[in-house]
Amino acid sequence: MTPDTVVIGAGLAGLTCALRLTEGGCKVAVVAAGAGSLHLGGATIDILGYDPAVVTSPAAALGSFIRSHPGHPYMRVAPSLWAGALEWLRARCEPLHLTGSLDENLMLPTAAGALKPSALAPRSLAAGDLGSGGKLALVSFSALKDFYPRLAAANLNRAQPGPTERVEARAIDLHGTVAGEADPGTLRLARAFEEAAFRDEIVARLKGRIEPGERVGFPAVLGLHRSPEVVAELAERIGEAVFEIPTLPPSIPGMRLHALLNRALRKAGGRVVMGASVVSSASHNGRLEAVSTDTGSRRSSHGARDFVVATGGVSAGGVTLDSSWRFKESALDLPLAGVPPPGTERFCADVFGSHPVSRVGVAVDEEWRPLDADGRVVYNNVRVCGATLAGAEPHKEMSGNGISLVTGYAVADAILRS
Amino acid sequence: MTIDIRASLDHCVKCTICETHCPVSAATPLFPGPKYVGPQAERFRSEEASVDDSLDYCSGCGICSQVCPQGVKIAEINSRARARMKAQRGVPLRDRVIARPSVSARLATPVAPLANAALANPVLRCLVEAVMGVHRKAPLPRFTSRPFQTRQRQRSAADSFRAKSAKVVYFHGCGVNFFEPRLGEMAVAVLERNGFEVIVPPQDCCGLPLQSNGLFSEARTYVRRLASNLAPYARAGLPIVSTSTSCSLMLKREAHEILGEDSEELAVVSEQMFDICELLADLLGRGELDRRFGEVSLTVPYHAPCQQRGHGIGSPALDLLELIPGLEVVEQEAQCCGIAGTYGLKKEKYDIAMAVGRPLFESISELGASIAACDSETCRWQIAHATGVPVVHPIELLHRAYVGEQ
Repeated sequence: MTPDTVVIGAGLAGLTCALRLTEGGCKVAVVAAGAGSLHLGGATIDILGYDPAVVTSPAAALGSFIRSHPGHPYMRVAPSLWAGALEWLRARCEPLHLTGSLDENLMLPTAAGALKPSALAPRSLAAGDLGSGGKLALVSFSALKDFYPRLAAANLNRAQPGPTERVEARAIDLHGTVAGEADPGTLRLARAFEEAAFRDEIVARLKGRIEPGERVGFPAVLGLHRSPEVVAELAERIGEAVFEIPTLPPSIPGMRLHALLNRALRKAGGRVVMGASVVSSASHNGRLEAVSTDTGSRRSSHGARDFVVATGGVSAGGVTLDSSWRFKESALDLPLAGVPPPGTERFCADVFGSHPVSRVGVAVDEEWRPLDADGRVVYNNVRVCGATLAGAEPHKEMSGNGISLVTGYAVADAILRS
Repeated sequence: MTIDIRASLDHCVKCTICETHCPVSAATPLFPGPKYVGPQAERFRSEEASVDDSLDYCSGCGICSQVCPQGVKIAEINSRARARMKAQRGVPLRDRVIARPSVSARLATPVAPLANAALANPVLRCLVEAVMGVHRKAPLPRFTSRPFQTRQRQRSAADSFRAKSAKVVYFHGCGVNFFEPRLGEMAVAVLERNGFEVIVPPQDCCGLPLQSNGLFSEARTYVRRLASNLAPYARAGLPIVSTSTSCSLMLKREAHEILGEDSEELAVVSEQMFDICELLADLLGRGELDRRFGEVSLTVPYHAPCQQRGHGIGSPALDLLELIPGLEVVEQEAQCCGIAGTYGLKKEKYDIAMAVGRPLFESISELGASIAACDSETCRWQIAHATGVPVVHPIELLHRAYVGEQ
């Protein structure tokens, strides 16, 4: 199959773009070095959480945010696409019951007991929304080392979601081994929750320990691919609302989202080549003709009419920084914008502060095509989406999955229109 | 290269993506997962010692290396560590026997009906399990009394004569030679149909089963001999095609990456090595594939085996099968059938291998198909054993479509 489009990268941006193109009738091949980063995050779609104060309505805040952040990826997103992108994802992930909207951020408790503003989240996470406060009982498995509800509860009790509402959180300890293991990871727990006998045991151990009106929070391990049934059953048997809090990686909600998008892509006829890093490319007259991947014995060439770079940013390896402080776009060696000038700071001392490196990326025109330093289009048939784009500070803005979803969707739209 | 594989563990950022994809740790707590056993435990291993036994429960499917976004060669690290562990602790006779398919097949071929009857006898299989440690239910292939090499030698020149434009070399491997000679004949026919003259040089095992059982020096002997048999053809620029995705992967990169072989002979063979579907899909891409297919009215679940995905060439079998009128191919989402070459044959691992493959088996059974397709021989035998559904190489479906057209 000679594809119409080669998408480089299999994270949220690449999968979104590839799936939408495939649905639009394109033959698509995804070529990816690895499985993308969905397994690391909580599967929430954070559009805009801080500007710099907490954002309650992304829809209301985006206009002024974009005006005050020239060069931000959101600048290129047509206003008409925003709601469509969210609805599109909601329909593709029907089993997750993605909850929320652009109009109002959910305020979701994190494993550290902070409140995270997210536009869209799987229903099992959204059920923990603290936008109007509430009483929480957080279930703790002492065997699970990646989740500390006492810490989360203590921090949540200090949180102030609104002027009058309050959060009252406490931890409930479940001591001892879990499913026969003294040291289970989240993956082991998620698989255990798919077994009826394990659910029986948990329900029995919680009996009499939940107070009326308390929402019961678990680490996000309530089943792997059958989570909607698991969560519904637990809620019914416990008699109170049940929700999940994303944990350290591996993130079970991320795995669920990854599985759904991959299945949808393959069902639609898209192809995926995994473990294939792009090592070289060929171009002619301002058009990219093919990218080559290293197969271990020789190079394998992937030609197409259009190409999409969705390889991620510095943290995913889409942009690399070497020991001599040279930045490089790793797939096609595209020009990078926002590179801190020699002698200036790349990082700042505050972890959650403004790090110049995080804005490094590829600058694009209104058609998402890469630009050089003089603003000229580098390749007419290459488009860039996701964290590879220049100008964003996702960790500070709480915009990571939002950028990936909306720009992946917009790039597919641009290719389908062309 | 020795340093490169091991040094790749420094790229591990502990993201756990390998853990989420590992089919073995999903099936048994005896294997704690690729991150723990691979890059983490490797830091504590010297050339002499291994700190953990769970290493032996890695099946070597290689999925961890494929999905790692940081390029850590997890499966390869495990494979090398296992060889060191086995060198230190000794290798059971069972592993030495099942790792040499061509030796046992040469002994069994002259008495194939007897050997097959013996291996189908439940009482004898219990005895084999007790003495040798090969699980009584493990899927063993049936020996042929007429190996593929014999059939090719006896083939008259007229049979193979057609207008030939190019030559290819067929690396058939032990599976075709001793167990599935009809697949070899169909592969030759499909290649000839596409204008190739097919050369079948004498050849022995590639050494992959020895390598996966930790017998590296024996594996090197086999792969060197095979590479030097095939090198003259490769130097002449002839493509070498294979119907065995695991054996061709051994020649493409595993002998180099895992065994550290860096001879010129292996390098030139590796560059000319093609999976048969890869070669035919390349023809298709150039518009040179004979597309006169007859109708094959079937719904066929297709499983791309782990070793096929390890080639990094996408799914050429799907590109070819979708050309056949009437054929509906259902790509399987489940990752692994569990067998991993000889892993699932072993008494202590049979149940794990069957548990690993369960999602695949259930998916195939649910489809209610009369036939399934898969590129790798041991995977075909495992899937057929577990589901009762006959499993063929994708080439057999192409062959059927060509025959139907004539």
